[in-house]
Amino acid sequence: MVDDNMTLTKTNTAKVKAVEPDFDDEDTTPPIKPGKEREPLRARIEDFSFFYADGFQAIKNVDMPILDRKVTAIIGPSGCGKSTLLRSLNRMHDLYPGNRYEGRVILEPEGENLIGPESDPVIVRLRVGMVFQKPNPFPKTIYENVAAGLRVRGIKKRSMIDEAVENALRRAAIWDEVKDKLNGSAYDLSGGQQQRLCIARGLAPNPEILLLDEPTSALDPIATAKVEDLVQELSESVTIVIVTHNMQQAARVSHRTAFMYMGEMMEFGETQTIFTNPKHPRTENYITGRYG
Amino acid sequence: MPDNLIMFIAVPFGLIMAIYLSEYARPAVRETVKPALEMLEAVPTVVYGFFALLVMTPFLQNFIPGLKGINLLVPGIILGIMILPYVVSVSEDAMRAVPNSLREGGYALGMAKWQVATRIVIPGAFSGITAAFILGMSRAVGETMVLAVAAGQNPNLTWDPREGAATITAYIVQMSLGDVAYGTTAYESIFAVGLLLFVITLAFNVIGFYLRRKFREAY
Ligand SMILES: Nc1ncnc2c1ncn2[C@@H]1O[C@H](COP(=O)(O)OP(=O)(O)OP(=O)(O)O)[C@@H](O)[C@H]1O
Ligand SMILES: [Mg+2]
Repeated sequence: MVDDNMTLTKTNTAKVKAVEPDFDDEDTTPPIKPGKEREPLRARIEDFSFFYADGFQAIKNVDMPILDRKVTAIIGPSGCGKSTLLRSLNRMHDLYPGNRYEGRVILEPEGENLIGPESDPVIVRLRVGMVFQKPNPFPKTIYENVAAGLRVRGIKKRSMIDEAVENALRRAAIWDEVKDKLNGSAYDLSGGQQQRLCIARGLAPNPEILLLDEPTSALDPIATAKVEDLVQELSESVTIVIVTHNMQQAARVSHRTAFMYMGEMMEFGETQTIFTNPKHPRTENYITGRYG
Repeated sequence: MPDNLIMFIAVPFGLIMAIYLSEYARPAVRETVKPALEMLEAVPTVVYGFFALLVMTPFLQNFIPGLKGINLLVPGIILGIMILPYVVSVSEDAMRAVPNSLREGGYALGMAKWQVATRIVIPGAFSGITAAFILGMSRAVGETMVLAVAAGQNPNLTWDPREGAATITAYIVQMSLGDVAYGTTAYESIFAVGLLLFVITLAFNVIGFYLRRKFREAY
């Protein structure tokens, strides 16, 4: 159950670990905890740790606020735990036996703990949508791809589904390109279109939070620009957490940026501050391109 | 008629077993069951034929009044069971070939496990599953032994599964080897029947090809 993404990650990690001592192994500055936010939150990650089935602790005591209807970016070198953290937010790790969460992911304003024992992963995923690194449309028509999340929620009325599908495709800025071939196969679209279709699929059921894991890493610059524009527009109506390798991208689209390093959240803050005036030496090294 | 019976048995049971193996079974279970299925495929078909004639038919005669010793019902069921290991094993391969990224996409939308199985995995493996059933079916259609033993050799056009009848292949062999005079209706009928077999097989393949295109798996 390990996809190629994970195998890639493992080799990259090895490289990072091998290179690391050359620079600043002496740097033992502890992580800087995020300050208090004045803007309304959609979720709060508190003292969160994550352990893979083999016992490896991929996330270490992370605290992080997620602002309501803002874009939060997670950056950091390969293998630092960005995807692991993101996938914790919709309980994807529950799909594979032996994984373990510790701490709290509190959804605001209800205060429900998403990783608590009383919370059902399926319900969590109904509230927190996700878009993956590689576009993964279902082997169905374009229409049925977007409708899938509505059908899961038991919506049967054709007119309602029609409306929601159109609405989601418009929000994902792909309506004009597909409106004449809604009944065509999703695989006939280009990679960039497929990714926007996947975003539409995630948006259709109106999730409270949308998670994006390196959504543009498989796309060309033009398709990437479209998705970036889209993320910014969407942040007016939905809370977004985006993982990216691309620092310019984080700087362009996000309001808050979190920098992770070897499972720890070293620094969190306003995107502009992180990129122009980082406080943690590791953040500075990373954004000035000294490693990662 | 037995064709319908075969599919009636093979489709639901085959799908359920393949889904169980691919989506639900623990690896240890799968690793035991798969080779066992492949061994079952190697059982000579004449064994199935006599099992049908000597065990299954007498047993079912207790429940179905008017079931003759030589009939279509039992070989239909037995053929369905006979192609099951093949159908299950090939469809399971197709289901396992559906990438995990698609399953995760389904789970991320809040699907439960059975919804992922029925809405993502089956459509994703559709062409493979169709191929499994078509190939399984053609095995059954080309199969003479079970029917020769348990359904008899009587070229009888009937929709009553309690009666006996011959298969197309059995009929062709019987007619051409027997003392049918050249040029008679019975002799010509071999070609008509052969053509029918050809058309049926062609139709299967055309349907398979169409479905394959429609549900193209490019992942
Ligand atoms: N299934 C797993 N079992 C055990 N360890 C894992 C598993 N998946 C990932 N890891 C490890 O967890 C750490 C974090 O991995 P993760 O995929 O979250 O990194 P990432 O920051 O997303 O990296 P990338 O930028 O390359 O995608 C890595 O050291 C990786 O080797
Ligand atoms: Mg990752």
